[in-house]
Amino acid sequence: MSKGCVWKYADDVNTDVIFPGRYTYRIMEPAEMAKHALEDLDPEFAKNVKPGDVIIAGKNFGCGSSREQAAACLRAAGVQAVIAKSFARIYFRNAINLGLAVLQCAEASDALRTGDEVDIDFAGGKIISGGRVFKFFPLPASVIGIIEAGGLIEYTKKRLGT
Amino acid sequence: MGKTLTEKILGRKAGREVSAGEVVTVSPDYYLSHDNSAAIIGEFKKLGVARVRAPEKIVIILDHIVPAADEKYAQNHKAIREFAAAQAIPNFFDIQHGVCHQVLSEEGFALPGKVIVGSDSHTTTYGAFGAFAAGIGRTETASIWATDEIWLRVPETLKVEFSGKFQAGVYAKDAILKIIGDNGADRANYEAVEFSGPAAGVFSAASRMTMANMAAEMGAKNAYFEPDAVTLDWVKGRAKSEYEVVRSDADAAYEATLKYDLSSLEPQMACPHTVDNVKPVREVEGKPFHQALIGTCTNGRLEDLEAAAKILKGRRIHASVRALVLPASRVVYLDALRQGLLEILSEAGCVILNPGCGPCLGAHEGLLAAGEVVVSTSNRNFRGRMGNRDSEIYLASPATAAASALEGKITDPRKYT
Repeated sequence: MSKGCVWKYADDVNTDVIFPGRYTYRIMEPAEMAKHALEDLDPEFAKNVKPGDVIIAGKNFGCGSSREQAAACLRAAGVQAVIAKSFARIYFRNAINLGLAVLQCAEASDALRTGDEVDIDFAGGKIISGGRVFKFFPLPASVIGIIEAGGLIEYTKKRLGT
Repeated sequence: MGKTLTEKILGRKAGREVSAGEVVTVSPDYYLSHDNSAAIIGEFKKLGVARVRAPEKIVIILDHIVPAADEKYAQNHKAIREFAAAQAIPNFFDIQHGVCHQVLSEEGFALPGKVIVGSDSHTTTYGAFGAFAAGIGRTETASIWATDEIWLRVPETLKVEFSGKFQAGVYAKDAILKIIGDNGADRANYEAVEFSGPAAGVFSAASRMTMANMAAEMGAKNAYFEPDAVTLDWVKGRAKSEYEVVRSDADAAYEATLKYDLSSLEPQMACPHTVDNVKPVREVEGKPFHQALIGTCTNGRLEDLEAAAKILKGRRIHASVRALVLPASRVVYLDALRQGLLEILSEAGCVILNPGCGPCLGAHEGLLAAGEVVVSTSNRNFRGRMGNRDSEIYLASPATAAASALEGKITDPRKYT
């Protein structure tokens, strides 16, 4: 179980507001990326986010560009999971490939508010907040191997025996 | 039960019959990357392999910030050039060629039946020619460079059937904006989109690219027109390799079918700050703006520049606006030059930029200040994308952008047709 505070946003949070295009080819270091996370959506986020915090969003989180920094910057900022009603497909893949947990749970998305404290039980598939329990959509079996290896780079290294 | 084009293409690659929902591991025909190759190289180096697995399948096209806008970008480009040479990657296209999706298509890699993945969300564009083409991320691309493999979930398919024909002043861009506006930015998330119906044949090769390109804005994994005479005419003389024409079976299963009559379609506009915030242009008419952008992978082809030039010929854009023109490739640039279109556009007061992505992604060549408004033929209008977070992006067809530039306010282009 790991505890964190909720940052809540709406539907269709796109990759341009998660990590602006003006930085995509300039900033290569994850720690630097974290300083610009959600800059055009919520300028307070990067200044105040704490390790273990959780982003709650509506549907289609991460729509838009395929830029991977939109997942990397959140992970580098210490976000332990993004919980949304649904994810855009490239974002979903990128997040898994980088080891950022992306959990689909409409009930938690509706119920939780900014500032709520949440515990996530990844193994048990549960999100717990103030006595409320929300079950989340389990990840497809095909991607569990990638997550267990710690991301796609480690997974591929294992496969290649390098 | 019959199969969709996507099920057939992925099934052939997987070596077995597959249906929507299954996961397949396939070896793609080509994998695209652009300026982000610098970051992909970094990930590739972590994998501990010395050589890429299949150099002939890698297509690298520098287009996002070309020529390099500063030292940092120059350093990235240099690293990519050195890697392409060291790994003997034959299909490396340097800064003079144009936008990756246009160049990859012109160079004959985008062919019926091919599986193409690219580390760019608008990789869907190649479905215009009957390929399966999907966007992926950087880490995934690095892994494919090393393994020549990717896992893919076979998507369900949403069918969009067209009937009728376009009225004067109405274009493919208006059709795709209308579809996205009606159905939402996530309507086709994880799905394939098939553009078909009795009027599919009225879409030119260029306008099919516009449609497949923007299907990404409704979440599509891939989007396509089934190969027909228009497709075969385009690939003739261009094809880089053997290809197989694949079409959907008549009894294939679709998630849903949407129907659109092109005859009743009018010019459309996506208003700030989401691509599905779409209104008829006449409802936004009269709004003053500051910059027009005609070009990009969505609408920077010859027919797009022709539509703009037809409206601007012998006229001057309004003194209160500036207009940028970005041909999608060097080939388009040369054709437009030879046909006198660039002369018309320049005389009208437009700035002709080099082929590339330019200001579309907010990196260089004409960004917006706080409070400024752009009418752009590109594919995204997210907050802050083309500059300051307090600027606004309206997406429209090249004709709407040109007519609006002429009047200095958002204008329905049908009065000029």
